[in-house]
Amino acid sequence: MTTTLDAPAPAAPQPRHRAASRLTWLLKQRETGIAVAFIALLVVTTAVNPNFLFSTDGWRDLTLTPAILVCLAIGQAMVIVTRNVDLSVGSTLGLTAYLAGRLFLDTGLPVILVVLIAVAAGAVLGLINGALVAFAKVPALVITLGTLYVYRGIMLEWAGSDRINASDIPPGLLDFGTGSFLFIPNLAWISFALLAVAVYLMRSTRVGREFYAIGSDPDAATLYGLRDKRRVLQAFATSGALAGLAGILYVSRYGTISSGVGQGIELEAVGAAVVGGVAIFGGSGTVLGAALGAYLLTTINRALPVLGIPDFWQQAVVGALIIGAIVLDRYFARRQHDKLLAEREDS
Amino acid sequence: MSLLAEKAPTRTYAAHAKPWWQRTLMTRDSAIIALLVVVWLYASIAILNFSDPITVYFLVLDIAPILLIALPMTLIIITGEIDLSVASVVGLSSVLFGVLHREGLPMVAAMVIALLACAVAGALNGVLVTRFGLPSLAVTIGTMALFRGIAVGALGTTAITDWPDAWGDAVQARIGGSQIPLMTIPLVVLILIFAVILHFTPFGRGIFAAGLSKDAARFSGVNVDRTKLILFTLSGLVSGLAGIYFTLRYGSARGDNATGLELQVVAAVLLGGVSIFGGRGAIPGVIAGVVLIGTIGSALRLDGLSANIIQIITGVLLIAAVIAASVLGWTGRIVGTYRRQHSSDEPSSKKSE
Repeated sequence: MTTTLDAPAPAAPQPRHRAASRLTWLLKQRETGIAVAFIALLVVTTAVNPNFLFSTDGWRDLTLTPAILVCLAIGQAMVIVTRNVDLSVGSTLGLTAYLAGRLFLDTGLPVILVVLIAVAAGAVLGLINGALVAFAKVPALVITLGTLYVYRGIMLEWAGSDRINASDIPPGLLDFGTGSFLFIPNLAWISFALLAVAVYLMRSTRVGREFYAIGSDPDAATLYGLRDKRRVLQAFATSGALAGLAGILYVSRYGTISSGVGQGIELEAVGAAVVGGVAIFGGSGTVLGAALGAYLLTTINRALPVLGIPDFWQQAVVGALIIGAIVLDRYFARRQHDKLLAEREDS
Repeated sequence: MSLLAEKAPTRTYAAHAKPWWQRTLMTRDSAIIALLVVVWLYASIAILNFSDPITVYFLVLDIAPILLIALPMTLIIITGEIDLSVASVVGLSSVLFGVLHREGLPMVAAMVIALLACAVAGALNGVLVTRFGLPSLAVTIGTMALFRGIAVGALGTTAITDWPDAWGDAVQARIGGSQIPLMTIPLVVLILIFAVILHFTPFGRGIFAAGLSKDAARFSGVNVDRTKLILFTLSGLVSGLAGIYFTLRYGSARGDNATGLELQVVAAVLLGGVSIFGGRGAIPGVIAGVVLIGTIGSALRLDGLSANIIQIITGVLLIAAVIAASVLGWTGRIVGTYRRQHSSDEPSSKKSE
């Protein structure tokens, strides 16, 4: 990152040299590694079965299936960067999805209003997490583990044995969820747009940079005068709002809302972020990496049966991937550390 | 030390500033035990059939797996680490036990091999955390998926259900003519073993030291890495044991046995007064935490309320427990500052800071 911000050197480097250093910079990025792994997976799987990419369904599923997880992974990455974690997103997703379903069933509210209500409800649930974390000085792991139970319990209590079926959902929303625009599914467009906004937010705005500062060293950030409580609240509210949106995306994609919606997806979101290079102890990693991690994990799930591995083994592969990613991260971090030490001794 | 003692002979240590009875009673452990007693008394009076011995029988059988796993989990969290892969190890143990039994191995042999495999699984967590220096939260989220994946992969959606009746009966047997399950005996033995390890051995002191400060612990001669490696291995082994219990009790070996149990265990342990930051916690509080959640659950069921409320109550209790600690610490600091300001005319108090 810092190399691109360097002030222009007195003797301007040769353009070719600069291009080469750009290339090495790009190759060193964690995101490039994930993207390469993702593309390699696509190539191999498509070579085995061309339908994986070149059929209408295959092409559609490539970006449609990960859309919900991408949404959650973006929020999760933001929260993890501030040295917190949000385990309640699965329950938030379930609760907002059910809320939306209930609103469709019981009231005649227009779809757009229901979407807004669901996102707002998600943001409020996220704010509750954030307030508990920021003001009680209790680790987010514990708080969001608690709210994971509370939010899921509220949903189960509210829903009872009811289930919301596709026939209760306005057809417009269902058509939107399965439809596409310019050969790319609508939900995928939404996830791309969110990703673009989040990348800009985290890279180039004050809020985003302060997220990193707080995650790198909370005490230093406080001493520096950053409003850490407000930022943590914002990170959690964003994560909650994205989980609320993910709930709506779920409704529009699947139409059926049962009590188990979103159960366990919080750990997938954390897994996607970790695979994507977001350090679990905050301060480093990007939302782009987390989104790529989500694509990789979801696509592996779909690729395994094509590659002749029974899909029961999906989870084992995902687990091995997560462990591989953090071991690799550790290795590179240590090598970088040694290199910096060596440089300091040389000078 | 001696120099300081001469200058300020009246120095008191924060941990010993209060009379022993206050130190024993005014703890998180006692608070959670008191809450358990209150809930138990209320339920016995207000809820029909709660005081029946049969309630206790099913309560013990139901909470046994959580209670088992909570023991090594307590030790791990006190060192400042966490193990989220425990429920997946339960599934792994169940499937291995089932497959080996199906292949015709004697029950005991199948059991021992499954337990060894689970100990190896736990050791893998330990090696990744200690040798590679990786955060246990990330590692065990990974192995959680890995172990569960192996368990589900090995059996698919099928289940192994032909178990000898004698073994299933043994797990659910009662002591004599009472309603106390036979399982209580091994449970109590394990609880005692873990309580002794944690509270009465040098190894246990090392666990607390590692959680309070890794570096300080290392300088005072605690092999922090070895301690953590042993604890993760132990966690795998005990989770394996819980898996075998699970299999025999329900007569079914499935890959998805005990899914989500890890969060219940962590919730119970934290509710029992163990600090997620490490360095603080005790076995009695954890037992009370596990039993409290189990008691509320069975009381609600007997009262005809849905079991969903138990989830809300578990969550609220967990949050309330940690926030109470934080609020108490905060008010304690304010009171402390106030006292110090008002006794600053005494010259000795400043030096003892």
